[in-house]
Amino acid sequence: MLKKLRHLWHLFRRLSGDDAYEQYLKHHVEFHQATVDAPPPLSRKEFFRLWQDDKWKGVKRCC
Amino acid sequence: MNRTIKTIFWILVAVLAAFALAGIALNRGESINALWLITAAVCIYAIAYRFYSAWIAAKVLVIDETRATPAERLDNGRDFIPTNKWIVFGHHFAAIAGPGPLIGPTLAAQFGYLPGTLWILIGAVLGGAVQDMVTLFFSTRRNGRSLGQMARDEIGAVGGTAALVGTFMIMIILIAVLGLVVVNAMKHSPWATSTVAATIPIAMFVGLYMRNIRPGRVLEASAIGVGLLLFSVFAGGWIDHHETLRTWFDHDGLPLAYAIIIYGFAAAVLPVWLLLAPRDYLSTFMKLGTILLLAIAIVILRPDIHMPAVTQFVDGTGPIFGGKLFPFVFITIACGAISGFHALISSGTTPKLLSNERDIRMIGYGGMLLESFVAIMAMIAATVLEPGVFFAINSPAGVVGKEAVDAVAKVNSWGFSVTVEQMQQLASDMGESTLFARTGGAPSLAVGMASIFGSAFGKHLLALWYHFAIMFEAIFILTTLDAGTRVGRFMLQDMLGNFNKKLGETSYTPSVIFTSSIVVAGWGYFLYIGVIDPNGGVNILWPLFGIANQMLAAIALCVATGILVKSGKLRYAWVTGLPLAWLVTVTTTAAYEKIFSADVRVGFFAAANDMATKLAAGALPTDKAAVAPQLIFNQHLDAYLTMFFVVVLWVVLVDMLLLCARYLAGKPVLKLSEVPREPSRLVENWVRD
Repeated sequence: MLKKLRHLWHLFRRLSGDDAYEQYLKHHVEFHQATVDAPPPLSRKEFFRLWQDDKWKGVKRCC
Repeated sequence: MNRTIKTIFWILVAVLAAFALAGIALNRGESINALWLITAAVCIYAIAYRFYSAWIAAKVLVIDETRATPAERLDNGRDFIPTNKWIVFGHHFAAIAGPGPLIGPTLAAQFGYLPGTLWILIGAVLGGAVQDMVTLFFSTRRNGRSLGQMARDEIGAVGGTAALVGTFMIMIILIAVLGLVVVNAMKHSPWATSTVAATIPIAMFVGLYMRNIRPGRVLEASAIGVGLLLFSVFAGGWIDHHETLRTWFDHDGLPLAYAIIIYGFAAAVLPVWLLLAPRDYLSTFMKLGTILLLAIAIVILRPDIHMPAVTQFVDGTGPIFGGKLFPFVFITIACGAISGFHALISSGTTPKLLSNERDIRMIGYGGMLLESFVAIMAMIAATVLEPGVFFAINSPAGVVGKEAVDAVAKVNSWGFSVTVEQMQQLASDMGESTLFARTGGAPSLAVGMASIFGSAFGKHLLALWYHFAIMFEAIFILTTLDAGTRVGRFMLQDMLGNFNKKLGETSYTPSVIFTSSIVVAGWGYFLYIGVIDPNGGVNILWPLFGIANQMLAAIALCVATGILVKSGKLRYAWVTGLPLAWLVTVTTTAAYEKIFSADVRVGFFAAANDMATKLAAGALPTDKAAVAPQLIFNQHLDAYLTMFFVVVLWVVLVDMLLLCARYLAGKPVLKLSEVPREPSRLVENWVRD
């Protein structure tokens, strides 16, 4: 039961974008830190700015 | 054994669906329970999803679970991200479900509950859901290209341009009509106006919170925002009872319209994080929460529907909008049955998140079924009202008269009983000064929702529920308005960028101000005309929006049909061809009537001529004579706009048919732009999970 609730909570966070930064860090570690001189990941604040600006380019809401 | 049980289960569902449908279609009694509608809807959706969508996925589209999706191939951690299907479903549904499916069914309820309900069910299952699903599929196979790009790649430059221009025009009309709905809900209602006004600083606070105070804590900020919104509904009641404060928020339609126009401009120019993004979070949570609450309340309460199955207004004399059942019910209910706008979400945004092609069926087809269900609930909320009350609220003063006594006498003359006292009592229960001639659908939906919520969760809170419902509608109408104006601005900048590089830069301030002004002026004009029109404006703008939206749906279905034929699947082309043929018929007939009908309540030119004659003869009262020249000009403009929509539709259609003919004759055509197959690497992991 508790496990299910936790799973739902994860889904809810993912859906709302609450964990977007954590997801980004994971992606960064996986794909962009193969070399030593790779640039460090963005800060939470910088990432959130980019993420939000990206999100609102194009048709995102309907009638 | 298992198989037998399954077969029996589906046979039972089919029998139940047939039974419920027969029940609602053949009922001629006083009233019918809303549960019949819910049962019919759920069973039909279940059968359509289980069989029709599965068949389309397997046979028509031939979905390939082992093929890598764009999200997997182009994963960049930002817009292309392989995502869990429930998450994508949530994003997709939040994007497609706006105020449309709430307003359309409410207006169409003037024909009775039956025609609208049948069209919502049949239209969604055979049309809307199919459109969303195939568009999602084709866009996924083309790296998430937009509808406009696909039209250009697959049909030709004409189709591509038509889709682009069509989208822009729809946006303008849609925003105008939505703005009008909000204005009509706020007119002389200090409670509604103050609550809606409060959503702006609340959204800004949430935006600042997410940006600077606690960056990226979306849920935390949203929870605070939702709390503040609910508080603002309470506070509105307090303002309404305050002698001086209430005068600050007690306005005519026109000042409110100007306020919305200024707000729209500000929202398009301000950075997204300050207003648009936080407002969207709030409206999404409100939307999902309220729809869920409404579904629960309907199931708990099982309200009776009081509207007749079919009213006498199928003959075209309806007070809410003129025009016969065919074609106007199919124009009035676009969202909820089939909505071209969805094709813009299904192409472009959603495909970039899919981790596997097999999710297309649930997200594309299933998402539309859920939206259709929202439309059914709106239909229920509109038809649980006494028909007399429903018509008294929704009929414009230009049709039933300005005075309460006249309006009541007129509604009574149609055979629907309602009294002045009853309307006064209802208005005071809802905390409003009057509910007569509150056109646009939002107030009557709010009254319907308030009475459902009131009966299910406590009757003494009616006024609170009413204003909660108004706030709920207004907040996501304003989100659509913000987002739409911004999209319109981007599209315009994109187009102008072809002529002048500088104008095409999305962050170049003079260009931002210039293009935003044009877009706002576009919808602001229609909003202004709608407000000064004594017939309420909704009766003109909503059909125009419906025609435009169905035109876009027809373009999307044209693209899909063209691709099916070019892929050598001619024998399956009817899957998209059939709804396409229906939409072309409906849109063309409706447009023809809107242009050429001699009925002044239907034909634009007829109305313009009628008004011009009266004006020349001096037969109009002074207040009407003052605005008549503008209204006459607008009727002409609307007629030409309608003509434009139909011409665009036929150009794309003929273009597509010629393309198919060339292909079938073995002549060279534009090549399919599908991206070559790559095997998915995620599938193995999926299997192991």
